[in-house]
This record gives sequence, structure tokens and C-alpha cells, in this order.
Amino acid sequence: MDKVKWKNICEDKDKRPIVQEYHNWEELPPIPISLPIKGAIGTTGDWRTFKPIIDKEKCTKCGICWMYCPEGTIIKNEKGEFEVDYVYCKGCGICAKECPTKCIEMVRESEE
Amino acid sequence: MIEAKQDFKQEKETLIIKGNVAASYAAKSARVQVISAYPITPQTTVVEKLSEFVDKGEMPGTQYIKVESEHSVMASIIGASTAGTRTFTATSGQGLFYMYEMVHWAAGTRLPIVTTIASRGPAPPWNIWADFTDVISCRDTGWMISFASSHQEIYDDILMSYKICEDYDILLPKFVAYGGFILSHTSKPVIIEDQAKVDDFLPPLPDEKGWPHIFLDPERPMMHGNLIMPAGFYNEFRLKIHYTHALAKEKIKEVTSDFEKFFGRSYGNGLIEEYRMNDAEVAIINYGELAMQMEEAVDQLRNEGYKVGCVKLRYFRPFPVEDIINVAKKVKVLGVADRATAFGSPTGGPVSSEVKSALYGSGVSTKVLPIIMGLGGREVSLEQQINQLKTLIKLNETGELPKDMIEGTFWDGLLEVE
Repeated sequence: MDKVKWKNICEDKDKRPIVQEYHNWEELPPIPISLPIKGAIGTTGDWRTFKPIIDKEKCTKCGICWMYCPEGTIIKNEKGEFEVDYVYCKGCGICAKECPTKCIEMVRESEE
Repeated sequence: MIEAKQDFKQEKETLIIKGNVAASYAAKSARVQVISAYPITPQTTVVEKLSEFVDKGEMPGTQYIKVESEHSVMASIIGASTAGTRTFTATSGQGLFYMYEMVHWAAGTRLPIVTTIASRGPAPPWNIWADFTDVISCRDTGWMISFASSHQEIYDDILMSYKICEDYDILLPKFVAYGGFILSHTSKPVIIEDQAKVDDFLPPLPDEKGWPHIFLDPERPMMHGNLIMPAGFYNEFRLKIHYTHALAKEKIKEVTSDFEKFFGRSYGNGLIEEYRMNDAEVAIINYGELAMQMEEAVDQLRNEGYKVGCVKLRYFRPFPVEDIINVAKKVKVLGVADRATAFGSPTGGPVSSEVKSALYGSGVSTKVLPIIMGLGGREVSLEQQINQLKTLIKLNETGELPKDMIEGTFWDGLLEVE
């Protein structure tokens, strides 16, 4: 068993595995670390109570929601439209609050 | 960016300096790169001297951070160490208590930070004199804790600390404690070692890649300190800290013996130092400056023909369980003298509780007499220590306990005013 495989994660940025796999305490690095990968803490969309729905008719594509989203879950598609990644969006509502045209509505999950 | 190695001249010389200044010289000899500190009695002159060094340009390559509290001291030192630098700070009593949250954080991040504690009694009532309760309150933080018992040992132990802490198998922070005023503010000759020799002894300063397990590098981004859910590896990371303390015992012995080869000064096996223990019938364990004075007490009683010895406990964390068992095997009665309190613990004294715990189940049936004395800087004279040894001799010969036995512990030197 390679007990020092964590060293690769620290030393070589090109060989970093997407997901770190450890089987027991001896394999672990001295401290817990997270690497910048998508969804490091799981599908955080499960935490959501209110879901942001973008009204594409009213949207002016200004990009303010995209800029303010703390989790990077607003995505610009090929057409230049903005969409929400509902797998990871926690429903904090900052996008709706900041939208200058108020085209984002927060809808309770069960009432959608 | 801090330049790692710029030169300053330091030839081997003997200076008559205060214990606190010896700590400052040790930080200089270790070429620490970041110092952050807040003044608190009796530690203040450690960082006063260091700020003087930095101000005069005698420590090129060192940044001195002024902060508004001890909590920020440790927070900034953690930041500096995370970036991959050798760091140093010092504090005392209430300052350490204010720092406490960050003390846990430093050990949990496994940063090799070295901090000196000029120990003082916890308030209230307000007290600024020698008492190790402050550093011992950090018992369960994961930091290593050692005691220096002489001016020279303050200097030497800080140098050894960097070599122990920065070992890639260890990576733990460490406190070096010594009694406030008794060592911190008295002057004695201290040998400051030749800089080239110290550089040879210590590991090289961390390079731009930082420590092996944590660093701040935009090219290799990482995050530390985020949430671990109950089903995650939290238990296992805690176990790793405990296991590393066990490994550190060997490392401490190795570095102490290396130190002796380099500089010719010996500190027992690193964890404890035995004194005239070969045919001793009774012995006493001390730590800090009173361990040195106890050697004089032992000499005087040996001259009178008594078979007594003493042991200096150098490390409280990791606790030298095996060495304490071996010491206890040699004698019939073992005194353990604490200049600190652990209220509500089995004996009321932190080290005596540890010694009893170490002996339980070891098959050694040596009688242990817990002693508490000298709290808050109360003077413990040579005569008092001689009497402690005589108390142990009497306990061995007749089974008679001293008068001031309270809840199983001998509170030596309680005031009685007529």
C-alpha cells in the first residue's frame, strides 16, 4: 500500500487526481485538504429551499447574476443566455436580489 | 517575498543575558522569517529584543508583524507558516488563554510553529510570577510542550525545537516553557553558537514550495479547514496527531543526541534527565527551574549519606511514559512536584496525575507522593526541597505522610499566620 500517495497531490499539479481516495488513517495526509474540483462537498443543490427561475424574455443578459453568484452555478450558454446549474445551486437568492430587471424569481421547491 | 538566507555575523560567544533575551537570540540563530507578538508580562522582553534586532537590521530577511492581540498573533503566525516560513512567537498566562482558539488551529494544521512561554500564574487573583498552569492548559491541543530549566537550555531547546517540529514525519507546533521572572528576568552566562554551525544543525529554511502538506501557491491551489461530516475522516485525522506524538518521542531523543554531538551540551535522553539515580531509594520529579535547584538538594543529602536522586521532566507532551516507568522501577518512593494545578484531577497536580496514570497497569508498585508547591511564583527554597526529599525518606522508612496531605496530595509550603 502506498502510504505517501498524498504527496503527489501536494507536489505535482499535473498529476493531481480528480478525487482523492484513502482507505484508512495511515494513507491520509497529515491534514484534510480539498482540491478545486466541481462539487467538492457533494450535490449542494439538495440544500435548496427556493429555486431561482430566470425569465429569459425579461433578461437583458447583463451578467450581473453570473458575477454575483457565490458558488459559480450560473452558466452562460452558447447563445449568451444565462442558466442555473440546479445540481449545485443552493438557492441563496443573491442573483434574484441583484438582478436589475428583476427577471429572477425565487420559487419554493414544492410549488414549482 | 521574504529573502530566505541573507547573512549576518554571529561567532560563538558567551553573553550574560536574561532568559528572555536567550530566547530572542535563539530565534535569531534559527533565522526565523516571521515574528508576530503582543507584549505581556513576563514575556515582553523576548519580543522587545527581537524588534530591536529587526529594527537594527541584525535580522535581515525577518518580518516582524505588530498585531492588536494574542489571538491575532497566532492567527498571523498560522498564515505566515502556511505560506512556508519559519515562525516564532512568545507569550504568557492570560495572553496564551486569549490565543487558545488559534492554538488548536495551529496543531490541527500541523504547522511547525515554535512558541516560548514565560509561564505565569493564571488570574484571578492577578499574578505574573512563575506557575506552569498556563502552558499546561494547552495539554490537549496537540502541541508538543517542553520545559527549559536554565538560561542556556532556553536557547538550546528552541534550536532543537525547530529541528524536531520541521521534520516531515512530525510537523507539529511546540511550546518551550520556563518560569516567569525566575528565568525570564534574571541574567546568567549563555553561549550563543556560531551561526554556520547552527545552520548546519538546523534543517534548511523552507523553500518557495513550502511545507510538504500545506502551502499557499496559486499554481497548486488547495483548501484546508473546511467541514468534515461525522461520517468523514475526522477521527482518523485526530488519531494521526496522537500517533505523531508517539513518533515524536524517538525524534526528540535523536535530535537531543545530535545536539550534543554538534554543541557538546547534553540534556539526558531528551525526554527526561536523571540525576544520581543509580542506587537511589527515593527520588523526586521536577520540571522547569526547580529541577535544577533540586540537583543541589540531592547533592547536599548525598553528602549526608542519603540515597536520593532526582529526575528532570523535559517534555510534558509527548509524555515520556516508558521513561517514567523505568525511573519508578529504580526507587521505592517517587515524589512528583508540580508548580501548576489541574483542579479536580486525581491529584490536583497535572504531572503527578500523568505519572500515576503512566504507572497504572505497568506492574510497578512504587509509592507516588504528589506534591504541589510554589504556585504564582511563591519561593521554593533549597531548604524546602531538601525537606521534600526528607519527607520521601520518612515515607519510605516509616510510612508516615506529611502534615499537609490534602485529598491525597502534599501541598508544601501552605501559609500559616499567627
